[in-house]
Amino acid sequence: MRSESKRVVVTGVGVVSPAGVGIDEFWSGICAEAPDTDIRRVGDFGVEQFLSEKEVSRVDRFSQFAIAAAEMCVDDAGRPDVDPDRAGVFVATGIGGIATLETQVETRLNRGPRRVSPFLVPMMMGNAATGNVSMRLGYRGPSEATVTACASSTHSIGNAARVVASGRCNVMIAGGSESSLTETAIAGFGNMTALSKLGISRPFDRDRDGFVIAEGAAVLMLEELEHARARGARIYAELVGASNTADAHHITAPEPSGRGAVSCMRFALEDAGMSPRDIKHINAHGTSTPLNDAAEAQACVEVFGEPGPPVTSIKGVTGHSLGGAGATEAVASVLTISRGEIPPTRGTKNVDPEVKLDVVLDAPRKWIPGPVISNSFGFGGHNGSLIFAPLD
Amino acid sequence: MADNFDKMKEVIVSTLKVDADKVTPEARFKEDLDADSLDLVEFVMGLEETFDITVEDEESAGVQTVQQALDLVESKQNA
Repeated sequence: MRSESKRVVVTGVGVVSPAGVGIDEFWSGICAEAPDTDIRRVGDFGVEQFLSEKEVSRVDRFSQFAIAAAEMCVDDAGRPDVDPDRAGVFVATGIGGIATLETQVETRLNRGPRRVSPFLVPMMMGNAATGNVSMRLGYRGPSEATVTACASSTHSIGNAARVVASGRCNVMIAGGSESSLTETAIAGFGNMTALSKLGISRPFDRDRDGFVIAEGAAVLMLEELEHARARGARIYAELVGASNTADAHHITAPEPSGRGAVSCMRFALEDAGMSPRDIKHINAHGTSTPLNDAAEAQACVEVFGEPGPPVTSIKGVTGHSLGGAGATEAVASVLTISRGEIPPTRGTKNVDPEVKLDVVLDAPRKWIPGPVISNSFGFGGHNGSLIFAPLD
Repeated sequence: MADNFDKMKEVIVSTLKVDADKVTPEARFKEDLDADSLDLVEFVMGLEETFDITVEDEESAGVQTVQQALDLVESKQNA
């Protein structure tokens, strides 16, 4: 990012998570004990504050989350006046409106094709969330949805940052949203043996046995530094580096040595003009699956040494919200920078002896000021890393 | 007649999510009831279910007001 013409800062965040809706609720949630549910759903997120009854019936839940998160984010950023042609929206999803699709498949089977809703396609499509958010905010710059499974929203934030850094846009709403907790989708993930049979999310624990599926959304306002300064915006952090790489190995399993993850983190460091020793905290993908956590730990050791900077995964509390996860963790990363604390890895009691990292357990730990790297890895072999730093 | 109007009002309220008191014979779907083209498709589906009729796209294309929709339904019932 530093080789581009403009600098990119985060001036607002919005989050709709099982851990909490809104910034303070989310932060307390990720620092608190993990819930004991095997599916992590978002509770009441005040949809009626953002959407009429008719609008609610016309947009899938994943778009509802995105709209709520975007409105909270814009509020948090102080509702800046923007040139609408230089303001864009990149809100990703991993899966899209699968609940809408399932309902309409039932309708077709039970009542015939003439009863399939005309809203099926605009509710289901993966770009529905980003389209709805751009309509709502009136942002007429680039609007796209990156689809890279669990890395979707990390890539989306990196791609959006590039749009600001190149000078094309002054602000971008960037993040991701997911709500795919249907019985069919859960059965599919379960039959892949990706889910925890015990319903416990415990990243990097020796007894981890899979992820706990979740829903949620998060978005950040990425703003060009001088644009933010000119309006006296509160700045959380600078987005200094972003990268994406592919494992080119297997459609779901990570490359066991973590090679793709290693190259991803190194490219992000190169993009930031930094060396591994500059990084003061790793906000890990840490899904609680045996394979992900082993490969990610190995990759982190290779890049940062043993034990390297303190590592946390908030998925012990949030569970894994797939295309919403990277953005949720990006929000956690910038809140670490603004609040000076690293949230603990909840759910984890005994760190796997093969995981030779400094995993933050039990209680928040003071953050040593410096850059924070946030990782995401998705089915398809997609790797993404973002580096946020305090504004110097 | 009144019975048909009341049944149509229920369809309009449930598909277009408008207050029942806005549904008058003169009300225009687009301007007064905030219905776009996809809303109207869903509304017509509701009519087909409620009145057990079949409405072709070209038949509903010119319908702009609640009264016109009612006329269309009643022409189908009398056919």
